[in-house]
Amino acid sequence: MKLTRDGIAYRVACDLPDGSYVNLGIGIPTQVSSYLSADKEILFHSENGILGMGPIAEPGTEDVDLINAGKQYVTMLPGGCFFDHPMSFAMVRGGHITHTVLGALEVAANGDLANWRTPGAKVPGVGGAMDLAFGIKNVWITMTHVSTKGQPKILKACTLPLTAPHCVTRIYTDMALIDVTPEGLLLRECAPGVSVAEVQSQTGAPLKVAKDCREMDIPENIKGVPMAA
Amino acid sequence: MIDKTLKTCDEAVESVFDGATLMLGGFGDPGLPGQLLEAVRRKGVKNLAVIHNGAGAGDWALGGLIKDGRVRKVTASFPNNPGAMYFQELYLKGEIELELVPQGTLAERIRAAGAGLGGFFTPTSAGTELANGKETRTIDGRDYVFEKPLHADFAMIRAYRGDRLGNLQFRKAMRNFNIAMAMAGNVTLAEVDEFVPVGGIDAEDVHAPGIFVDKLVHCPRHPKLIEIGPPK
Repeated sequence: MKLTRDGIAYRVACDLPDGSYVNLGIGIPTQVSSYLSADKEILFHSENGILGMGPIAEPGTEDVDLINAGKQYVTMLPGGCFFDHPMSFAMVRGGHITHTVLGALEVAANGDLANWRTPGAKVPGVGGAMDLAFGIKNVWITMTHVSTKGQPKILKACTLPLTAPHCVTRIYTDMALIDVTPEGLLLRECAPGVSVAEVQSQTGAPLKVAKDCREMDIPENIKGVPMAA
Repeated sequence: MIDKTLKTCDEAVESVFDGATLMLGGFGDPGLPGQLLEAVRRKGVKNLAVIHNGAGAGDWALGGLIKDGRVRKVTASFPNNPGAMYFQELYLKGEIELELVPQGTLAERIRAAGAGLGGFFTPTSAGTELANGKETRTIDGRDYVFEKPLHADFAMIRAYRGDRLGNLQFRKAMRNFNIAMAMAGNVTLAEVDEFVPVGGIDAEDVHAPGIFVDKLVHCPRHPKLIEIGPPK
């Protein structure tokens, strides 16, 4: 069965290491912070000048001067700090932020990423997507394995305008966990009840299967219903 | 004696002229010079070029200027932000120019101008369509794109506290583009929540030194900024 959005977010959260500095994109990535185990200390970065960001503010406690990059009212954790845009992007481009989790429209077998310009969008906008993709060492993608039309989103080569070439290191979908390696795509885990053959049939590039490829360990309570693309 | 304080936003924007380039601070509402922008609207100047992260939200401040047809060009990273409907409408009709810049590059181009640099090489956008037509160079095996500084006739920002020397302090996520813009503006105008006496901001807590700021106005927040709740 395909994973829910929460299932994907949970699986990503399991892999973020203690002590990491993480920038989460909008959508499924934002949900990752809900599933971190309490024994890990991870500092979340927001492009608009925050490190050590806490959860979304409870209604009635919002501060008009404290928003995240998605313009939601957020909170701060002890030890957090504020700074300006040039410093914020120095953290990103300078390789200080260790991980970013982003959505994607397409990912290629060589790690090329397309996530900034949707085919139907008449007005372009890039925001901080390129800086994150170029600057951060671990670029992890969360997305549905196929598009709403059932087309593979993992391809031999991207068809949409690139955000950055050769940047993606790992892909988490509702069907699989795939590493991008110099030798190509490496299938490491399949969603519960999803076979290697099914994953390959929904992937537009050849997959190597890891020797220890296994079923994902996802708690029953967030397996739920399959997500919409 | 130095006294950069003014009583009204209308006085502060008096020298803004037709065709001017305006650099507008803020990311979302924090740091947005909404009252100065409303004064620019009242003044009625036109043909403006604007440098800002987005392209206005709703029908006030930058959104209002665009709605009024006063803006000929927007340099931004995220002009497709929800709420920028007036920009989007004019853009699709071909009536407003867009220079799309990645957010980190936008911030650094502004900083470069303020710091007196002729530009810089960034890896961001190398090998993508946003690098088309730009000089690229391989440095130690990595591709970089040359980006030029972004100057402006006027920078407009909002801060938390200010004194008559122009020293500014921000709150939380208000800093965003504002310190770099204060440096890059030929004339920098700041609106602040509160005026304090000289020394009222501890020297340790001055975020934008007054040397970068030309005029400041005490003005309460726009009612839209006092309504708390997620942007619609």
